[in-house]
Amino acid sequence: MFLTVFSALNTGFLKTLELFALTLVGALPLGLIISLGSMSKFKPLKYLVKAIIWIVRGTPLMLQLLIIYYGPGLLGHNWWGGGESGRFIATTVAFIFNYSCYFSEIYRGGIEGVPIGQREAGEVLGMTKIQIFFRVTLLQVIKRILPPISNEIITLVKDTSLSRIIALQEVIWAGQAFMKSDGLIWPLFFTGVYFLVASGILTIFLDKLEKKLSYFRI
Amino acid sequence: MPILEIKDIYKSFGDTSVLKGIDFSLEKGEVISMIGSSGSGKTTLLRCINFLETPDRGKIIVNGDTLFDADDPATQKESEIRKKRLHFGLVFQSFNLFPQYTALKNVILANELLVKERPDYKENRRAIENDILEKAVNILTSVGLKDKMHLYPHQLSGGQQQRVAIARALAMSPDILCFDEPTSALDPELTGEVLKVIKSLADGKTTMIIVTHEMQFARDVSDKVLFMDGGVIVESGTPEDLFGAPKERRTKQFLERYFDIKTE
Repeated sequence: MFLTVFSALNTGFLKTLELFALTLVGALPLGLIISLGSMSKFKPLKYLVKAIIWIVRGTPLMLQLLIIYYGPGLLGHNWWGGGESGRFIATTVAFIFNYSCYFSEIYRGGIEGVPIGQREAGEVLGMTKIQIFFRVTLLQVIKRILPPISNEIITLVKDTSLSRIIALQEVIWAGQAFMKSDGLIWPLFFTGVYFLVASGILTIFLDKLEKKLSYFRI
Repeated sequence: MPILEIKDIYKSFGDTSVLKGIDFSLEKGEVISMIGSSGSGKTTLLRCINFLETPDRGKIIVNGDTLFDADDPATQKESEIRKKRLHFGLVFQSFNLFPQYTALKNVILANELLVKERPDYKENRRAIENDILEKAVNILTSVGLKDKMHLYPHQLSGGQQQRVAIARALAMSPDILCFDEPTSALDPELTGEVLKVIKSLADGKTTMIIVTHEMQFARDVSDKVLFMDGGVIVESGTPEDLFGAPKERRTKQFLERYFDIKTE
């Protein structure tokens, strides 16, 4: 029995990890684009982006997931296709969208947090804007945003479980399935171990990264 | 011919006019100090000269070359301003060292990037980079930081950081070196080491513009002192004249106030 549960949970957790990885791959760069929009000197764009960020951060991710998955269908569009792959695509889109808004605010804080004197020092030394960004500003931004980004990444591992609401077959779904089929509740409880291991490994990795940047102070 | 001519510079921020017609010139090897209370426009003037602010009116001429003319947009192209900046060096009040680089790397970084634009860079890469390194080490030695050059800014005292910042500006071999209150962010016991470095540059005939609140230092080091108030140069002259026998009422008031506080 244990082996059956184990293999079912593994399959579910693989889906969890896929969602986690795709969300990061999509949301980390998209967040940067959104943050640039929210700092734009073109006021209409700035306020539009800020409104979107407000809506995304101001409503539950679970609700966004439901709207993104079921919304198009209500309007007569079948964007996501049916079945498990449709659920997965819709979930990934919702997660990328949601997390990129959170990341964008972290980026904005990081970029605005670099003292203006750093840029000016580069300018008076005859450096180009691009050189200043890559050789002066970037590493300071990364150092600044790493702790809050780490926090979001750890939260993301656990947030993937919200996709249970549209029956994506991730690890919680896989554990819960044993309640219905075999009347067992421990597989569901056991899924906690998967999250603990994953967040534990991530914590160690992210701490290492932070230590790597501790040779200088900002 | 003066190395620098500043002609009729005006600058406003919104409704506040900060500079209201500034004229002065500077000869090669000369040291000019600018004194005046906070808000008199000294720092804004220095920032205009270094292209960190764009004057609303006026001209900046270096060696007879008009680098900036508010009436001539051709002198304001971003790509050319970058090159023009290299006539000037600027040492900031708050040092603004790059925290992720060692003292040495702070000094060589901009040069390293600049030499890549040289046509012979690829052939002579080794030699060029060695030159930069050697020059940087020499400059750091001259400001007394040879043994600290592999440390990061946060491992250095304020005075040492400011000396690295001076070395960083010198490494670009500017025609004119500008200082924006170089000791104002320092603890009193650390100002001496920085002023000593600036004094030795003055003795070596480095052309400099120094915005400072250190009156005694301005008196010792300058060939000419400008007193600014309310966005204009109220009075200028040799340190002996300006400190010894100020002509203008506002200059007298400022100096009295300053030396009163000093002697209390």
